Amino acid sequence: MGEETLQTQQQEAIEEVLSAYPAKAAKNRAKHLGVDSPEGVKGSCDTTRSNKQTVPGVMSQRGCAYAGSKGVVWGPIKDMIHISHGPIGCGQYSRGGRRNYYIGTTGVDTFVTMNFSTDFNEKDIVFGGDKKLKKALEEIDELFPLNNGISVQSECPIGLIGDDIQSVAKIHKKETGHQTVAVSCEGFRGVSQSLGHHIANDMIRDHVMPDSSYKKDFESTPYDVSIIGDYNIGGDAWATRILLEEIGLRVIAQWSGDASYKEMAIAPKSKLNLLHCYRSMNYISRHMEQEFGIPWMEYNFFGPSNTTESLRKIAAFFDEKIQKKTEEVIAKYTAMTDAVIAKYRPLLEGKKVMLYVGGLRPRHVIGAYEDLGMEVIGTGYEFAHGDDYKRTKEDLKRSTLIYDDANEFELEQFVKKMRPDLVAAGVKEKYVFQKMGLPFRQMHSWDYSGPYHGYDAFAVFAKDMDLAMNSPVWNHTQAPWEKEEIGA
Amino acid sequence: MQDVDNIVNGQKLFLKPEYQEVLENKKQFESSVGATNPQKVEEIAEWTKSWEYREKNLSREAITVNPAKACQPLGAVMVGLGFENTMPYVHGSHGCVAYFRTYFTRHFKEPTPCVSDSMSESAAVFGGLANMKDGLRNCNALYKPDMIAVSTTCMAEVIGDDLNAFVTGAREEAEGELDNIEIPYAHTPSFVGSHITGYDNMMKATLEQLNPSRSERVEDEERINIIPGFEPYLGSLREIKNISKMFSDKIIMIGDHEEQWDTGAGEYKLYAGGTKIEDAKTAINAKTTISLQKYSTVSTAKTIKNKWKQEYVTCNPIGLSGTDAFVMKLSELTNKEVPNELKNQRAKLVDAMQDSYAYMHGKKFAIWGDPDFLLGMVSFLVEMGSIPTHVVCHNAPRKGWEDEMKAILEKSNRADECNIWPNKDLWALRSLLFTEPVDFMIGNVYGKELYRDTKIPLIRIGFPIFDRHHLHRYSISGYEGGINLLTWITNSILDHLDEETKDIAQTDYFFDAVR
Repeated sequence: MGEETLQTQQQEAIEEVLSAYPAKAAKNRAKHLGVDSPEGVKGSCDTTRSNKQTVPGVMSQRGCAYAGSKGVVWGPIKDMIHISHGPIGCGQYSRGGRRNYYIGTTGVDTFVTMNFSTDFNEKDIVFGGDKKLKKALEEIDELFPLNNGISVQSECPIGLIGDDIQSVAKIHKKETGHQTVAVSCEGFRGVSQSLGHHIANDMIRDHVMPDSSYKKDFESTPYDVSIIGDYNIGGDAWATRILLEEIGLRVIAQWSGDASYKEMAIAPKSKLNLLHCYRSMNYISRHMEQEFGIPWMEYNFFGPSNTTESLRKIAAFFDEKIQKKTEEVIAKYTAMTDAVIAKYRPLLEGKKVMLYVGGLRPRHVIGAYEDLGMEVIGTGYEFAHGDDYKRTKEDLKRSTLIYDDANEFELEQFVKKMRPDLVAAGVKEKYVFQKMGLPFRQMHSWDYSGPYHGYDAFAVFAKDMDLAMNSPVWNHTQAPWEKEEIGA
Repeated sequence: MQDVDNIVNGQKLFLKPEYQEVLENKKQFESSVGATNPQKVEEIAEWTKSWEYREKNLSREAITVNPAKACQPLGAVMVGLGFENTMPYVHGSHGCVAYFRTYFTRHFKEPTPCVSDSMSESAAVFGGLANMKDGLRNCNALYKPDMIAVSTTCMAEVIGDDLNAFVTGAREEAEGELDNIEIPYAHTPSFVGSHITGYDNMMKATLEQLNPSRSERVEDEERINIIPGFEPYLGSLREIKNISKMFSDKIIMIGDHEEQWDTGAGEYKLYAGGTKIEDAKTAINAKTTISLQKYSTVSTAKTIKNKWKQEYVTCNPIGLSGTDAFVMKLSELTNKEVPNELKNQRAKLVDAMQDSYAYMHGKKFAIWGDPDFLLGMVSFLVEMGSIPTHVVCHNAPRKGWEDEMKAILEKSNRADECNIWPNKDLWALRSLLFTEPVDFMIGNVYGKELYRDTKIPLIRIGFPIFDRHHLHRYSISGYEGGINLLTWITNSILDHLDEETKDIAQTDYFFDAVR
């Protein structure tokens, strides 16, 4: 398809979608949709409105502040217990859904896949839940003595009934000497999970960072770095860590996939913070820069092109010894990833992809698809901010449909119009597009595969994309009696 | 490094020596008590298996650990999806709806339509009326439903939003756009009851609001309603309808979500199947309403019995006797003899039970789930001679359920070994399993961790089940459902027997080809 035709098609898709809305909603949504291209013209990435209230009454794919704090940032800290404070639902729905891998004895010294809840009933709403929370904290310490701290993740009612959970946490900490953090991440706050990330970061800043109990025994090396904003989905952070170690760095902390409390507390000893998910953890990176003078650097480990570029950028921060080693590591893995590309590119060349994920991947993964000869023709975020779209522009390779906070109606219409060869989004969207006979990959969870970060993981990514695109199951969507007769 | 000819994902990748080294390296930065002190971990792990721990664990008052229940609006969403061209609408933050949709989608492997009106801080201060006014219009414009089923989240309930006034207000301001749409609404606070309470409240509200007042009731002698309850097995809905059809064409399922979560490939349909709104609107005219889940329809029952003055009965058609009672009830209500086809089905189930009983007889089970599910399943286990040793019901109703369960367990010749554990969670069950072990467990996906910890084999029956495919397509109700249960349970027991006897020259003297 020519660039011009593609662009026209994309513009038309937007107009068609907007025409379905009542006037007020159409006016609002128009500001979140657009087309952009890499040529340096001012496009939708510069103008798209983002991080705004979702239009009421639509099937939004967004989550809430609680999901951002408990589900993303705090939840994966493995040796702490995270209490979902409020009614039973939130903790249950978010239980074990994100594939934050970790090593530990669950229920004894690690707790990520468990659900701790204060299970509010009507009485707690009427009379307040502070007493119950205090008791819950005591019971936890008695039954789970190896926990290295507790975080209290507020659900909606807590802020509304005005419970003083901060003081309950403070008292418990004082009485027991145990780290106890109350996080006011009620779901109604903000417009999406994004505010939850920010609130969670602030609480780490205020409670974990000042804890110097582990720092005094820590022996620094000039090569200490921390991985920030990697949730170890399917083991991503481990596949990242191996490369950093191979080029001669020492990873002292992983935030927050497979993280322990101690690691996070010693992170201010890093020489450099390596930030993968900018959206969820730029806040704490900025704080560590201001407070401890630790520089931070964004990097992207999706696909060999991005990984190589990022490794060189990281190495440039260190000395020649590291840089030399880095080139050796790159050379070693490039032989492998070249072979992966040689194997899979012919099977995937020219295939068109539409993406819709959270606050990082809609741009970060573009390069990985490009490495396989695939083209991204539409991308958008559930909860990005303006700076995310500016960063997206750098990754665009051709005319691209941009959709902020797209809801299911819009996605369905866009996909019908653009007919991509692959849709890569979340589980709520998965079956909608598979019903249409379109290959789909879940890009929040790697569809129960992964890892996708780093060189070894690129091989998994390539294999998975081939599996998605070239499965014979897609040939059966149409019944044989419905297919046009060939040569009749 | 990856071998291009044999690319592996995390399952095998992290077993490679270089990754094992990475994991080892990480430990030096980890916790002081955790990963670096394996003896301490081992010691505490052993302690969690003890009677001492059990006592502490069972006497917990404030913290819930690994629950076996969800919150009200989830059940309300299921009710909405049981009616044709109906969009469930949750008045509250969209975060909740993202969770409900994800939860159902993971269980059914199907899309789950549901909208919210995205309430946030401003709604918390000023109330959610503005959200509802815009939300209902937008929902109607985009998704063109015939009915919008409104439920609430805990947020809307805490701030005290009045649905009656809001829905009326939204209608009035909608410039006629909502005039032809049914908008039943129910308050479903998440801090009261569980998902089955939400099912009940939404069902009651839908029936009350769609139907005329009692004075306009025109009784139809032949009409019978069946309310399925919070039913995660689509095959059960299908089978109940099949059985009903054998007796009468005028038996109508109210809240039939079977097709909504079972659509074919080819095109995406937002709405599929469901009870016709016309049929829902005449529910009051029926002679009788049968509820298949007594404890999922407690307040619905009150409306039907007290306001509609209609005959209301409950049947629990899981297992042999449960299905027998249901079939006899239909026979009585329709004045028709039990059809031969059903007689045949029953005979086949009994035959199958007699074929397999030896493997279930005397086996000890732990089982958990919703109250009605447990009554049916435990009844079946007792019929097979099994011993339901631990029956855990986290959302146990205050009245009646325990006595009913006790009566079923009394039929077991080893009732003294059976325990009922109302309002206990799965971390409590873990203690029970370590101190008083069983042979098998029956429950939902959350039993997976209990299986890992205790090594007691898990047979997945219940809700939700995320980690196995297509089980929800089957029935657990009716005679055919009985055969399914028998198949799953017996063959799991046989799988386990093979597993225990597979070691060559060790245990394989009992590794039989014929069972």
